[in-house]
Amino acid sequence: MPDQPVVHLAGVDKVFARGDQPVTTALEGISLDIAQGEFVSLIGPSGCGKSTLLRIIGDLTGPTRGEVIVNGKPAEQARRDRDYGMVFQAPVLFEWRTVEDNVKLPLEVMGASAERRSQRAAEMLQLVELGEFLKHYPWQLSGGMQQRVAIARALAFEPAILLMDEPFGALDEMTRERMNSEVLRIWEQTGTTVVFVTHSIPEAVFLSSRVVVMSARPGRITDIVDVDLPRPRNEDTRESPRYFELVTAVREALRHRDSGESGGGAGAGDAGLASAERTMAEGAVG
Amino acid sequence: MSASVGVAPVRRSMGPGRWLRSLRYYVPAVAVFFATIVAWEVIVGAANLRAFILPRPSVIVAALQENWSGGQYAILPSTQATLFEALGGLVIGTVAGVLVAFATARWASARAALLPLAIAAGAVPIIAIAPLMNNWFGVLSPLSKMMMAAVLVFFPVMVNVTRGLVQVDPAALELMRSYAASESEVLRKVRVPNALPFFFTALKLGATLSLIGAIVAEYFGGSSLVLGRIIVQSASALRFDITWAAILLGATAGVVVYLIISAVERAVIPWHASVRAADS
Repeated sequence: MPDQPVVHLAGVDKVFARGDQPVTTALEGISLDIAQGEFVSLIGPSGCGKSTLLRIIGDLTGPTRGEVIVNGKPAEQARRDRDYGMVFQAPVLFEWRTVEDNVKLPLEVMGASAERRSQRAAEMLQLVELGEFLKHYPWQLSGGMQQRVAIARALAFEPAILLMDEPFGALDEMTRERMNSEVLRIWEQTGTTVVFVTHSIPEAVFLSSRVVVMSARPGRITDIVDVDLPRPRNEDTRESPRYFELVTAVREALRHRDSGESGGGAGAGDAGLASAERTMAEGAVG
Repeated sequence: MSASVGVAPVRRSMGPGRWLRSLRYYVPAVAVFFATIVAWEVIVGAANLRAFILPRPSVIVAALQENWSGGQYAILPSTQATLFEALGGLVIGTVAGVLVAFATARWASARAALLPLAIAAGAVPIIAIAPLMNNWFGVLSPLSKMMMAAVLVFFPVMVNVTRGLVQVDPAALELMRSYAASESEVLRKVRVPNALPFFFTALKLGATLSLIGAIVAEYFGGSSLVLGRIIVQSASALRFDITWAAILLGATAGVVVYLIISAVERAVIPWHASVRAADS
């Protein structure tokens, strides 16, 4: 099935209605296909629903309307089939587990043998260059290292798709650039399809094969910028004229929208919507 | 490529220096303790305070020796009896508190129904129910004192453990959801470990409360060889040196139980911030 997209979104809307608060249209008319092995970034201002879109792809929340097909099946089935590796902005490591045991967590849940768990954990930590930190606890690592453990954990069970929600948003610029290079190296080695939410234009351009530009209130896809920078990309890429052209192109795509959109008020940002959604989900589960 | 992305200094507890450091950690407390005893002895002696107002430490120690294991005020067997009641109550209250906590964490409706009730019930003055416990479980039976202690222990354990089971990082729950993990796996791998520090906090609180519960229950009658009775009877006989000796042993028992729980806590959750901080 080489033609079948890994992610197929058609006419996806997301509306939040909470109690007596006015209805918020977080996403409207989102249609997007992502092919096998692509690296796609979602970029846009706060409140454009890019995190919500990622969460819809990963079936952490459902769309109000529209179709979400992943690997040829509904998103919920894809989640049950463990097709997703998730990386959040916070590393979300369990402090009672060593680095190694954190990476083993998904494999435990999925019932892998002890032998395979150890082998995969060692391999993945090697991949993110934390091979010597197996027995450390998360609090003994820096923020960047913790996030690399989270990436190792997400890749441990070889998911078809890696969903990353502003994974480096909390890191300083230098660390972030190094992490970007690492993610590209890992992506090239594993061939996993990646959907990557960010609000950093340089990050989006450097990493992606396509940058999906979104606008806020309601969240829509306004532009898709193809990034034709040659691979493998490295530090030189960041200084190439084409790179600057593409950064400018994305920036203009974002600005176009902003000048068109006025008002709307300072509503809840992506994070606000996402956390509101979580609260609701938790209430239903707990 | 870049093996050294912000390597944080790694803290490790070192073997040889560790004892010395923990010794140094306790020295100030021990010094203050002995200084207080000496000051007490000297000031009470110099001010010529009457023994029934505040006996000197040396008098208390003498009373302790004199009534150690025999006579009307045999303190050692009394302490053992009271400790037995307190520990029994600690176990009963903890087991009940943990069970109810699991139920309230599992079913949101149970939480909504029970938590406000539990908090309100926890505010009932404990003295008010001691005679009831004696009535229900037998004034002479240690069980009536245990139940009193258990009631005191139950609430902090239940409230804290519920909190630990429920107050989980939402992102951790989403992570488990993305693994299509079952509820029981979420419970075992996320909620229970998350609740352990809360549990130990409650247990340490409970250790103290269980002794208070047992001693208060003893005030309202029962066997005479228990700390509560010794305190009441020696005080009414104006033998305050014995009263103080009984208080001293009760406090010692409380501290020992607390320290044991702390040691278990360190062994079980060495990863938790509270334990890490105490170690460094």
